[in-house]
Amino acid sequence: MSDTSAQPEVHHHGPPQAFIRKYVFSLDHKVIGLQYYGLALVAVFIGMVLSWLFRIHLGWANMAIPGLQLLSPNGAPGGVMTPEYYLSLLTMHGTIMVFFVLTNAPFAGFGNYFLPIQIGAEDMAFPRFNMMSFWTTFVAFLVLMAAFFVHDGPPISGWTAYATLSSVGKAAGPGEALGQDLWIVSIGFFCIGQLLGSLNFIATTLDLRTKGMKLARMPLSTWAWFITACIGLLAFADLLPGAILLLLDRTAGTSFFSPAGLVVGDVVQPHSGGSPLLWQHLFWFFGHPEVYIAIIPAFGIVAHILPAFMRKPMLGGMRVMIGCMTAAAFLSYMVWGHHMFVSGMNPFSAITFSVPTLIITIPFTVATLIFLGSIYGANLRFTSASLFSLGFISVFISGGISGFFLAQPSIDVYVHATYFVVAHFHFVMAVAAIFGIFAGSYFWMPKMVGRMMNETLGKLHFWLTFIGVYCIFMPMHYLGLAGNVRRYAAFTDNYMIPLIPVHKFITIAALLTGAAQLIFLYNLFHTRFWGPIAPENPWEATSLEWSTPSPPPFDNFGGKHPVVYQDPYEYGVEGPQDYVMQTAPGKVTAT
Amino acid sequence: MASTTYPPARPVAKPVMAMPGARALGDQRAVATPQAAATQTGIWVCVCAIFMCFAALISALVVREGASTDWRHLALPRILYFNTLVLMLSSYTLEVCRHRFAASVRQEAGPSETPRPDLFPWLYATILLGSIFVVGQYLAWRALEASGFYLATNPSSSFFYVLTAMHGLHVLGGMAGLIYMARRLARSVSIKQASALGATAVYWHFMGFLWIFLFLVMAIRL
Repeated sequence: MSDTSAQPEVHHHGPPQAFIRKYVFSLDHKVIGLQYYGLALVAVFIGMVLSWLFRIHLGWANMAIPGLQLLSPNGAPGGVMTPEYYLSLLTMHGTIMVFFVLTNAPFAGFGNYFLPIQIGAEDMAFPRFNMMSFWTTFVAFLVLMAAFFVHDGPPISGWTAYATLSSVGKAAGPGEALGQDLWIVSIGFFCIGQLLGSLNFIATTLDLRTKGMKLARMPLSTWAWFITACIGLLAFADLLPGAILLLLDRTAGTSFFSPAGLVVGDVVQPHSGGSPLLWQHLFWFFGHPEVYIAIIPAFGIVAHILPAFMRKPMLGGMRVMIGCMTAAAFLSYMVWGHHMFVSGMNPFSAITFSVPTLIITIPFTVATLIFLGSIYGANLRFTSASLFSLGFISVFISGGISGFFLAQPSIDVYVHATYFVVAHFHFVMAVAAIFGIFAGSYFWMPKMVGRMMNETLGKLHFWLTFIGVYCIFMPMHYLGLAGNVRRYAAFTDNYMIPLIPVHKFITIAALLTGAAQLIFLYNLFHTRFWGPIAPENPWEATSLEWSTPSPPPFDNFGGKHPVVYQDPYEYGVEGPQDYVMQTAPGKVTAT
Repeated sequence: MASTTYPPARPVAKPVMAMPGARALGDQRAVATPQAAATQTGIWVCVCAIFMCFAALISALVVREGASTDWRHLALPRILYFNTLVLMLSSYTLEVCRHRFAASVRQEAGPSETPRPDLFPWLYATILLGSIFVVGQYLAWRALEASGFYLATNPSSSFFYVLTAMHGLHVLGGMAGLIYMARRLARSVSIKQASALGATAVYWHFMGFLWIFLFLVMAIRL
């Protein structure tokens, strides 16, 4: 039942008719959300193929990969990649995945599409900024991709672009000439795009909520996007000036990050007194919150999806979950130094960063326990979306546990820059966020394209992916504890040679798990064109996006403004149906 | 079995956010619609992001200075004092303009069709003073160059050029906003316009505040 008040039409832009304004330079938040999602989809497959390439190299260092020499004749002569090209692919994999997938899909993609609908708004507060936000991000992506096609190839300094490797220019190696410049310009554009997006998310959430939509009645996904926007606003505003300073060091001869007396390739670099640690501080003050920009939307999405399939609200109510996400967001700005325990910074400051890092586990632990406690005893409906939500919890716990070890400087000194860290962040941030994206895709795709996804293929996709990611990342813990350092292109030291079979196993698992993603891709495209038509509310869910047709009309609610009477997760209640829509007036009696 | 009774939906009171300074900087009715409230919120969010940008730069300055032995202090060009006065004056002229526009909206007989014509000279004066400030900053660069400090000469001069250039770019953005407002205001009088003008004013005053802050930091540190 949907009660809507017939308020006058206040939409500040009419539905566009021309193709360009409707699908390309669209002001509609739904189209922009789909554009972000599409960009992330392209990016994730490029990033995944890159990981295949360097994983093959790690298992079979001398194997020629057919066709690779076409992409880079210098980097992969005869199809065998050079150590430098290995680093180039690694850098691009990290950059593409962190920025253009884990930020774009769960935050900018789903957020743009569903935040206005979930609060009953017709659009974002500033549709033009919203359009600029996407197209700036798109340009950033093109600039980054251009690095593949310049003479020296992409940069080799990793997604963290540590100075001095990134700051001294061509002398530092292939890819450190134009490739690194393109990387910096791309990240600069990306920051501007995300700042515009965050501005929109915050203003829209605070000011454009419909009648009755109190802050406490917003779904947890909207809360997560709102909190993420607040983090992103400060994080990207920190990285942008950092990137400018780095570019100046490279192009204008300044010495912000490049120290005096630095000799590269037998040549003394013309810099004086810069601090490479300063870059690390600036980068990680952005970088750690960035991790939360990836994971908090996934948390919100899972917290939004699970109640619909458990048919009961989360344990402890919404406020605890909101509190957990807010606390994590706040603390995310106090822990950046835990990435720098072995960087040479003052050893006393390690404790200053270690303690908040351990404290930050509390909100996440509470949130995870709420998930587990809520599922316990629930009559769970097993769908692809709920399976991926459960998978999210699983991989988040698996990755979170290794976080306890890494948070302590005394242990981190031993495992820093080994595969233990690679395992940790891939589980806790990358795979967890990807599972959040998949859960959101299976849950919301009926709303976004108006057609139901194939559940059998979805479940097959889940199980192959779930088993696959454990096969890929679990053995990396053992590699790390055995002292296998990361970012090495090949393992020729005696103590590492026995570890190569493990790498081969991981590579095969990565190839198979990657191939399993084609099932998702097929499902997605098949659904888009030939899937069964989705009803308005296929999951019997309660929030506002399910009280409008699938897909929603241009102004989301057909010229009317929904009025909200209920909390967002009224499941398991008495009555003819076991849930109450947010727009249903009246009293709710819980069973 | 638990029973939960929900109160009837409470209409969301507008203005939703009593943003700091909203009352002081704009007519309260300037935030009377959700879109206008969003404009106010948006500009304050924007101010936060810009401040964070400069906070990052200033913390970089402090760290870079503390970590180095090559820091040479430089004498700031004297024209910066003049520029500061010009920017402060431009805030005053914009306030006069904004108050006159608010009066056009607030009239007892309802908003007038067109704004009071006597507000436009003040708006143009603001744009002119902004231009003088930007030219003055450029002259400050030339003065520093004349004393031998280029962008890469020393970290102190590097930070001077970076901070002033980034601030100058933001001022130019503000001037673009003012020119856009001058065109918009000439067309009609509405709460929406008042809100947009209020938001532009918040941004412009913030540019002045930010400049004084940067000037102080540079005077102490560079």
